[in-house]
Amino acid sequence: MSAELLKVRNGRAFARADVPAIPVDEWRRAILARVAEGDRLVALFGTDGGEQGVQLWAVLAADRAGVLRLGTTTIGTTEGGGYLSLTPECPQAHLFERELFELWGVRPNGHPWLKPVRFVAPRRGEGVAGKVGVMDFYRVEGEEIHEVAVGPVHAGVIEPGHFRFQCHGEVVFHLEISLGYQHRGVERAIVEDAGKRRIHYVETLAGDTTIGHASAYCHLVEALSGDRVPPRALVLRAIALELERLANHTGDLGALANDVAFLPTASYCGRLRGDFLNLTAAVCGNRFGRGLVRAGGVGFDVDDALAADMVQRLDAAMSDVESAVRLLWSSASVLARFENTGRVTTETAAALGLVGVAARASGLDRDVRLDHPWGFYRLHKIPVSTLPSGDVFARAYVRWAEIRRSAQFARELLRSLPRGASRVAHGPLAKERVCVSLVEGWRGEICHVGATDEQGRLAVYKVIDPSFHNWSGLAMALRDQQISDFPLCNKSFDLSYCGFDL
Amino acid sequence: MLDILLARAKQGHRTGAYPDAQPTLPERLRGALRVLPDRCPSGCRACVEACPTAAIDIVPGGPRLDAGRCLFCTDCTSACPSGALEHTQEYRLSARSREELVYTREYEVKKAALDERLRKLFGRSLKLRQVSAGGCNGCELDVNVLGTIVFDLGRFGIQVVASPRHADGLLITGPVSKNMELALQKTYDAVPDPKIVIACGACAISGGPYAGHPEVLGGASAVVPVDLVIPGCPPHPYTILDGLLRMLGRIEERTTTKR
Repeated sequence: MSAELLKVRNGRAFARADVPAIPVDEWRRAILARVAEGDRLVALFGTDGGEQGVQLWAVLAADRAGVLRLGTTTIGTTEGGGYLSLTPECPQAHLFERELFELWGVRPNGHPWLKPVRFVAPRRGEGVAGKVGVMDFYRVEGEEIHEVAVGPVHAGVIEPGHFRFQCHGEVVFHLEISLGYQHRGVERAIVEDAGKRRIHYVETLAGDTTIGHASAYCHLVEALSGDRVPPRALVLRAIALELERLANHTGDLGALANDVAFLPTASYCGRLRGDFLNLTAAVCGNRFGRGLVRAGGVGFDVDDALAADMVQRLDAAMSDVESAVRLLWSSASVLARFENTGRVTTETAAALGLVGVAARASGLDRDVRLDHPWGFYRLHKIPVSTLPSGDVFARAYVRWAEIRRSAQFARELLRSLPRGASRVAHGPLAKERVCVSLVEGWRGEICHVGATDEQGRLAVYKVIDPSFHNWSGLAMALRDQQISDFPLCNKSFDLSYCGFDL
Repeated sequence: MLDILLARAKQGHRTGAYPDAQPTLPERLRGALRVLPDRCPSGCRACVEACPTAAIDIVPGGPRLDAGRCLFCTDCTSACPSGALEHTQEYRLSARSREELVYTREYEVKKAALDERLRKLFGRSLKLRQVSAGGCNGCELDVNVLGTIVFDLGRFGIQVVASPRHADGLLITGPVSKNMELALQKTYDAVPDPKIVIACGACAISGGPYAGHPEVLGGASAVVPVDLVIPGCPPHPYTILDGLLRMLGRIEERTTTKR
């Protein structure tokens, strides 16, 4: 019998005193028991536990029940300290545990390979990270094996990261991804900042997910302060989130077409992505939605004329997207490159705890919008789109299905905007409260966890971008693939570097 | 094949008329800030206190603004009790140096052109290598978008190339994280002389919201000399394009443009 974890709901605040603090062995058993029941590990992180050491937090999600479970334990970091690693029995913990070791010096004993995650200064103790990118890489050896190293600076206009391929001829045996180049100290700064920069940090956590991360943050602080956010604001946020999804999914389909040299769709979708961004800019003046989501509501309102205009522009863009994207599915040359490339099986996706498009394209039916709805998604449901094949085709086609559903959803909401205020004053944060805030961003599950101290200051803040879960999925997708398919596989995941590096 | 041709006909011609015509910008675009001194009460520091990046200070005569630090957010305009600060639609924000971005009252559009020798070298063909150094992918995406048919960067002879050795210069985004310092330096060294550097976005100019963080160096100029600064968070694609063309001397005046 393992200890009970606290059951909570997405975006609901609860007293810090209610969070069970349990001995590490029981905490570990409780996590493994839930994972055996099918729960996902949403978050596993450390905070400063003062003299006692480091407080470890675990958040698990039971998606079908719409329930999150939370438990903490405190562990000393002195000589011989540590706990029995979760990773051998629960692979989705592997990167979380590497982070615990890098940031807090907590040693998960029995972890297969405790390498640095971001090459950053530790929050406590001496740390292990040396120079960025310098670490032990997994190596395959043999006469005809060669290693290919790529990055941090890449050929395209993209963020930096380092990739090591172990190849046998053209075939990739193993890919290892080493990140950390984009580390800006966001989590530390969110807690230390007096409040002026917080919203700007979350809006630039992953700049292409401004609405997603800003929504997760705002729902969290609103729950902590008990704000009653007006329905109109929640609807406008939902519209903005779906526009963000539309823009990025459309851009990704174009980029995927580009990677297989199918230029019509690449060219059209590149333009159409901008049409969706420009819809967001019509609301708030910024293509990425900066300034739109604000604690207490939204920073910009949409009047009836603008709403009607937006519906018209959305319909026009969608008509062009239909014509551009359908070409993909009727072109044998495209399908031949998409199908069976970069496969991630359902079992692997589940074991690694993949989220978002990557999970749904591997047959996992998980979507925060439906499983743990927040804001207006509690009332208005979007059906989940899944495909079982786990290949580039599935990741492309799931995006296509989501584009159509998001457009339909946004259209309906724009036609029936609730009346009333779009923003209320954001109150002070309540003391000693905790909240877990999940949002389904366009890449997948965004998780923010925050807690206040005895004076009502934000004392704990943890961010998990969907990319944190999914980079391992990309590495697995490359196994036994041609190295020349890396750009295609990479684009089919389209993960964030800065969202991972924080 | 037929469906490809039909789709081609439906999609139409989409390249903007810019620079022959003014670009289409969102009505609510937040361009350069303007101060209305008559409305600005003396002794008030509401905007200074609201600004997340210390882009405003008060000098005799009213607020002084730094477009290189500005996130073009709404924190100052909504904090101002008397409506003395407002965003204009001015998107032409580039300058040759950071210092030129500091102004009172109204932002003055800069010529921002390189000297004649460099203009002669790069004016009709400019190859750039992009380096993201702690950027959030906002600036990166709005640079990338210049390659789409709407902006069609190639028609100006400007191209983003895959290797620094093929480049005439760097376009840097992000506050330059310490973890990217070495890679940025090496990429710069790999570009053959003569070369130019463009700092794109508030982060690359001043560190943006990350200014002062021990994890970052506070902008491109901490590592390499900068020849052009393009303010914004992120800059609108037309702001970036305008900056590139201005730098090459292809847009010279405030109002007239030439190809």
